[in-house]
Amino acid sequence: MNTATTTVNGHSAGHEGHGHHPAGLMRWITTTNHKDIGSMYLWFSFAMFLVGGCMALTIRSELFQPGLQLVRPEFFNQLTTLHGLIMVFGAIMPAFVGFANWMLPLQIGASDMAFGRMNNLSFWLLPPAALLLVTSMFVPGGAAAAGWTLYPPLTIQQGMGMDMAIFALHILGFSSIMGSINIITTIFNLRAPGMTLMKMPLFCWTWLVTAFLVIAVMPVLAGAVTMTLTDRHFGTSFFSAAGGGDPVLFQHIFWFFGHPEVYIVIIPGFGVVSQVISTFSRKPLFGYASMVYAVAAIGILSFTVWAHHMYTVGMPVTAQLYFMYATMFIAVPTGVKIFNWTATMWRGSLSFETPMLFAIGFIFLFTVGGFSGLVLAMVVVDVQMQDTYYVVAHFHYTMVAGALFSAFAGAYYWLPKWTGHMYNEKLGQVHFWLSFIFFNMTFFVQHFLGIAGMPRRIPDYALQFTDFNQISTIGAFGFGLSQLLFLYNIITCIKGGPKAPAKPWEGAEGLEWDVPSPAPYHTWEVQPVVK
Amino acid sequence: MSTHEESYYYVPGPSAWPLVGSFALLLMAAGSVMLMNKVGVGMPTLLAGLAVLLYMMYGWFSKVIAESRAGEYNKRVDVSFRWGMGWFIFSEVMFFAAFFGALFYIRVISIPDLSSIDNALIWPDFKSVWPSAGPGFKGEWDPMAPWGLPAINTLLLLASGATLTWAHWGLMANKRTQLAVGLFLTVLLGAIFMGLQVYEYSHAYQEMNLKLSTGGYGSTFYLLTGFHGFHVTLGVLMLMVILFRSLKGDFTPKHHFAFEAVAWYWHFVDVVWLFLFVVVYWL
Amino acid sequence: MTRAAQRVSLLRLAGGVVLTMLAQAVNAAYQVNFQEPATKIAQAVYDLHMMMMYICGVIFVGVFGVMFYAIVKHRKAPGRVAATFHENTTVEILWTVIPTIILLVMVWPVTKTLISMRDATGADITIKATGYQWKWGYDYIKGEGEGIKFKSTLSTPREQIDGKAPKGENYLLEVDNHVVVPVGKKIRILTTAEDVIHAWYMPAFAVKQDAVPGFIRDASFRADREGTFRGQCAELCGKDHGFMPIVVDVVSAEKYSAWVAEQKTKMAAVADDPAKVWTLDELKTRGESVYAQNCSACHQPTGKGLPPAFPAVDGSKIATGPKGDHLNLVLNGKAGTAMAAFGKQLSDAEIAAVVTYQRNAWSNKMGDMVQPSEVKASRK
Ligand code: HEA
Ligand code: HEA
Ligand code: HEC
Ligand code: CUA
Ligand SMILES: [Cu+2]
Repeated sequence: MNTATTTVNGHSAGHEGHGHHPAGLMRWITTTNHKDIGSMYLWFSFAMFLVGGCMALTIRSELFQPGLQLVRPEFFNQLTTLHGLIMVFGAIMPAFVGFANWMLPLQIGASDMAFGRMNNLSFWLLPPAALLLVTSMFVPGGAAAAGWTLYPPLTIQQGMGMDMAIFALHILGFSSIMGSINIITTIFNLRAPGMTLMKMPLFCWTWLVTAFLVIAVMPVLAGAVTMTLTDRHFGTSFFSAAGGGDPVLFQHIFWFFGHPEVYIVIIPGFGVVSQVISTFSRKPLFGYASMVYAVAAIGILSFTVWAHHMYTVGMPVTAQLYFMYATMFIAVPTGVKIFNWTATMWRGSLSFETPMLFAIGFIFLFTVGGFSGLVLAMVVVDVQMQDTYYVVAHFHYTMVAGALFSAFAGAYYWLPKWTGHMYNEKLGQVHFWLSFIFFNMTFFVQHFLGIAGMPRRIPDYALQFTDFNQISTIGAFGFGLSQLLFLYNIITCIKGGPKAPAKPWEGAEGLEWDVPSPAPYHTWEVQPVVK
Repeated sequence: MSTHEESYYYVPGPSAWPLVGSFALLLMAAGSVMLMNKVGVGMPTLLAGLAVLLYMMYGWFSKVIAESRAGEYNKRVDVSFRWGMGWFIFSEVMFFAAFFGALFYIRVISIPDLSSIDNALIWPDFKSVWPSAGPGFKGEWDPMAPWGLPAINTLLLLASGATLTWAHWGLMANKRTQLAVGLFLTVLLGAIFMGLQVYEYSHAYQEMNLKLSTGGYGSTFYLLTGFHGFHVTLGVLMLMVILFRSLKGDFTPKHHFAFEAVAWYWHFVDVVWLFLFVVVYWL
Repeated sequence: MTRAAQRVSLLRLAGGVVLTMLAQAVNAAYQVNFQEPATKIAQAVYDLHMMMMYICGVIFVGVFGVMFYAIVKHRKAPGRVAATFHENTTVEILWTVIPTIILLVMVWPVTKTLISMRDATGADITIKATGYQWKWGYDYIKGEGEGIKFKSTLSTPREQIDGKAPKGENYLLEVDNHVVVPVGKKIRILTTAEDVIHAWYMPAFAVKQDAVPGFIRDASFRADREGTFRGQCAELCGKDHGFMPIVVDVVSAEKYSAWVAEQKTKMAAVADDPAKVWTLDELKTRGESVYAQNCSACHQPTGKGLPPAFPAVDGSKIATGPKGDHLNLVLNGKAGTAMAAFGKQLSDAEIAAVVTYQRNAWSNKMGDMVQPSEVKASRK
């Protein structure tokens, strides 16, 4: 292995060992091909979604009735924590990195990602991290149980499951930083001639901003959990008042990471939705430039608002006011995006295939989530809502109906390109409508629970909260089951189905539709010239 | 408008090194967890992980070097490396920012807060001063003084930055002796710096009662200087590899990104030290 | 039916379902809003929230009115050609500026309310609320009632939680000792915690304040009507986070004075004579109740704990080893675990009692005892 094979395959093919890559399992383990790696990311993410979803269903089952039935409180807290960590770091982030791997090189006319081997490493770091998180449930003391936000001093009290979560986060951090370096470099250096930045499809732009956010904040999270680790084992006192530290210090560092993180989760989705809306409106995206500026503005502003998660820790009033104003200001660029999408649809020629349904569902429900975010941004109102189910409702509207729905939209949109077959449209539409209805059934009622004062992260609740919890639980099972349709649709689409043309969508634009479907193993080995 | 050469981009073939690397990290994580919780076979697992990691780095970088020698890396690949290294260093900056942030917060916010009127209910006679080990710390200890070893260390690192640049000039003018001597001096200065840091730590532990557990001061002091020291160590190792490679005749005046990457890294480590010197030792 | 018509009817169906659900929600008088405010600030918060709902509702209807108009009217049809416009600087400026103005309108009243919410000066009574895993401790430290001290623990019986008995009216929202405050007086709550972060959350007063170990934070309220108000701990604090409610009785000034007097005599009555030498049985009986209140959440009434997170005391090395080590552990806790330093929470007599109890309960038959004077001596 150390003796390098240094055959230069002429200058027509930039791929080492072109045409004779290993088959079977070794193909996937050793691949440096962006499409293979993209597919692995997507499958990994879906698997984690199922794992995290099953945890959510256990949580919801326990909450079906007042009283403790299924799980003990300490295990309930582990489930909540792992559900949050797995969904955010295991399901949503890898899903969009998967999209980026598949689509960025196709969209900008590059033959692959900038660093093929490192790309493979980024992916293969995920399984060990997932292994650490999931197996931590079975070690003495159980998994981390302090919530995905990992606030000390609770984290200081816990057993070795906490250390496993900390190392898992370190590894996930390496993975996503390397992934993002790869993405930024690819975008800056590998664009086809003539593909200027302002000609790039919006998905590339959103990933450019996202990758910047990832590189800026994942190391900060690594720092925060490292301090937790040394406080736990090496006697430091970052988060202990007796030593002059402060538990709230952790919260500041965590949310300096955490707030940009929630935009890391959503911004690539904005890109997908922008492209889908324009395709199925058969009309160019309205306000391309302002979309780019809006995404950049959201990215930059996201560094300035973190303490809106900490309104109740006892900050000075002036700090509360500042963070409130800054937070609310994010509604402006986000609003610009919503309005641009609406204007794109205006006087278009709209059709409603599954990707479009999910994109419209995204806009509709994400706006609900955005508005509840705005309500939470108002300090005095947040004092009533903080750490209640209203917050849970808010972030599931932004992350499930937002990030997840946009991932569904992207998956349906590009499936024909990936597999060479059309998916089953009827089934896709049923998947959308069931998801839409059950999603709202699960999470809309949680607003009421939160307003009425039901705290989050509790395994048991007072009687007046029973009805809404029952609705929510039924909805969650319906939502979960609906996802099986998606899985079925994908598998049948890979196995067969009507052949997809190179450009299956009438209104679609972009280089990815110039290559055949399914996209061949190597594409754009000679870069196209964009005029 | 686009020539063939420009659009060529080298994509490496299949490689198992990444999987080896990820296995190494898994072993290291599992080993550390076991070690810290005193269960199972922590130390052996950690060391095994480290060994696999070194093996992976050796294999991976050998491959990269071979590819570079074979002329696979044209201008465009070189540019990619520059972007990549630049953003990597940015991520390191943010990692240090977290710890500088913690130091700032403890000094400027939490210590004064702990001595406020309300907090007198809990910590009746705590006064806000810096350096401080916090209201709950009992015992005597001394903070670090800036104008002894730390000042010498600052000079050492500044000098090492200069010798490295001098080596770079040598490389660009194809003066191989200047390159080798410059690199050697840089390694030497880095190694002396590390030696002095180790001495400073043992002095602090044994004579000044300044430990990791010395409250906020000890925590921030050791984690900031410790992570910096760790980066110096990595930097010295990388410089040694570069020295070794240039002795073997690698690098041309035009084509030597590995050298530059290490130089960037070294300068970054220098700059972090300057900040450390000012806010940790001096102010 | 054409495909388009099919889609429209599907939309109608979906709309119908949502509407019916909403209607049902209202009919069943489900609680869909804040608890009825009991302070001026809570009322202001209530009103601000309603204002937000109206503004957001209007924007929502506006934006999606336009979008759904397009969805219905601008759908693909034979002969339909999509327009090609893709920018318009005027509208783009408008929809940047108008939202900014709306935000400024929203923010103004919030700023005013926030400033009065955070103003804790001029309090009539100051109460310190300390969060413990998992109960609240209250100290009246200023104003009428100064010196009153008690712990407030969940009083819902275990059987109700485990489903072995029907759930009572205030399931999970009842405690043994209520906080009592006079109506119309400004109460300042200082929060802190002994172990991890908790939060003192009282919805009817619009108060939620984190209790951070090692720090004092404050909040205040002035209740404008009498009644019993219930809230819960609102920061994840470990296993029994869901089981540490807060109950406040707001009473008239006379009733309050009576309550204060009653508490004072009660406290005097239970105050222990430090010089007293206790018998083994006295210590055990007292210890059993101290144990039930302070220790059994983790170590369980059976003494078997919930290993490995919470070890058994029954048959444990420490509880059956030298009594000095045992006493020391209970007094000073164990850093980095949930085992708190109970020396700060419990009196000498209580510590002596609970240690003695643990050494002689279940299968532990040490036969020795710890006297309060020994506890006093080992306090540092
Ligand atoms: C994808 C993820 C995502 C996104 C996009 C957002 C977006 C926003 N979030 Fe959210 N949030 C989370 C994920 C997300 N959030 C998570 C996970 C948590 C909880 C973490 C935890 O504690 O576990 C959280 C918690 C959270 C809190 C803390 C609550 C608490 O714990 O007390 C707050 C408070 O300010 C907040 C605010 C906002 C705001 C103002 C936005 C804005 O970006 C929204 C902007 C959008 C709109 C406003 C709608 C569209 C705009 C228009 C149509 C224009 C016109 C509108 C007006 C002029 C009003 N969020
Ligand atoms: C993007 C992230 C994401 C996603 C997609 C989800 C998805 C879901 N979440 Fe999650 N959630 C979070 C992020 C996310 N969540 C975070 C960050 C928290 C905070 C954690 C904390 O407090 O620390 C949280 C907390 C949280 C809570 C609060 C817990 C508490 O406070 O104690 C609840 C409760 O209802 C909940 C429910 C759900 C449900 C029902 C889904 C559903 O959408 C899941 C649907 C998926 C499936 C169900 C799996 C797929 C289906 C199958 C495997 C088939 C088998 C199915 C059946 C047999 C029915 N979530
Ligand atoms: C919040 C949870 C919690 C509460 C409440 C609690 N303990 Fe503990 N206790 C622990 C934990 C955790 C340990 C294990 C500490 C360790 O790892 O050594 C422990 C250990 C002990 C031990 C040593 C057991 C052994 O041999 O390992 C004794 C004795 C003990 N506690 C007594 C008490 C007494 C007395 C009280 C009440 C006054 C009490 N505990 C309340 C969590 C608790
Ligand atoms: Cu105390 Cu939650
Ligand atoms: Cu946020």
